[in-house]
Amino acid sequence: MARESNFKNMFLCLLIICFGGSALLGGVYLITYEPIVAAQAARVNQALGGVLPQFDNMPAEEAYQVEADGKKMTVYPGTLNGELTGVAVEATTTKGFGGQIKVMVGFLPDGTINNTAIISHTETPGLGDKIDPRKSNFSLQFNQKNPESFRLAVKKDGGQVDAITAATISSRAFCDVLELAYKAFRQSIQKEGGDQ
Amino acid sequence: MSRLKTLVNGIIKGNPTFVLVLGMCPTLGTSTSAINGMSMGLATTFVLMLSNLVISLVAGLVPSKVRIPAFVVVIAVFVTVVQLVMQAYVPALYQTLGLFIPLIVVNCIVLGRAEAFASKNNPFDSFLDGLGSGLGFTLSLTVLGTVRELLGSGSLFGIKIIPGDAILVFILAPGAFIALGYLMVLFNKLKKA
Repeated sequence: MARESNFKNMFLCLLIICFGGSALLGGVYLITYEPIVAAQAARVNQALGGVLPQFDNMPAEEAYQVEADGKKMTVYPGTLNGELTGVAVEATTTKGFGGQIKVMVGFLPDGTINNTAIISHTETPGLGDKIDPRKSNFSLQFNQKNPESFRLAVKKDGGQVDAITAATISSRAFCDVLELAYKAFRQSIQKEGGDQ
Repeated sequence: MSRLKTLVNGIIKGNPTFVLVLGMCPTLGTSTSAINGMSMGLATTFVLMLSNLVISLVAGLVPSKVRIPAFVVVIAVFVTVVQLVMQAYVPALYQTLGLFIPLIVVNCIVLGRAEAFASKNNPFDSFLDGLGSGLGFTLSLTVLGTVRELLGSGSLFGIKIIPGDAILVFILAPGAFIALGYLMVLFNKLKKA
């Protein structure tokens, strides 16, 4: 059974265990590093393919950061034969009912929303999770709408969005994240315009 | 105690969920569907087997005053291994279970088996005990997940079998408690018979 404890053996024992543990973890980290990066990139690419119109570049490699409302967002430009066909913005809001909602929003160059994809969320299953297009048609109502003329707020708040029944907070959060993405899009378009 | 008894003990007589009522947080949190519950159970089984094995190997060398920190480090190492491997090879599953994987470290079952069994027995028996308790946990989570998925979303292992809306509450937290309570009654009734 366990030995007598004194300062020296307690210190040495924990040191050896921690050292062995970190060595093992280091090894596993090295082995899994590449598959993890690949899996994350695949997720982003899949989302990009769904929200952007036709493109032939590598948006994930041309991505850049834009700041709007004090939040940093990643912008992925999609081009076809060098011509800008759309811009995807990855935006996050913390106003969801269950915490963070991360959404990829694809805009056409004139600001029209092309399509949206949920990257991650923790909304209530069966209620708030209807923001996911796989669960309900809620998020499809934004497609082909331009936030310039389309008020991104639920009808209860004077906007034009049909909220999900019994999930007004999730619906509001979704509008919020789109609004945020639109602001980032405006900035990125100004930037692109300035470059040319 | 014979080897077989060691293995079976964790599944029936000392079932972590239905008899010992340990590790309730991951039990209630991850059993929203049969497949989630089963995956969580298997991840915990992996950690239990290896941590029990390593702890029984080092238990004699660890001074008794620092044994808990030493055990926790060993457990945390294996949990992180599971987390990295899941993230790399089954990212979709990691998305649903992600939050609960690190919580295996503080799961009472793992530390409980380490302290009550692995630190006093030989490595092979400890490994079997870990496997038994892990399978018991997996079994309970799968059963609970199946019941909740069937009642709450009308499907089984992701395949829709009951058309139309189901009883939503079973996917949510209150349904977890209700289902667990009834299953616990049933399990203990059957165990006595």
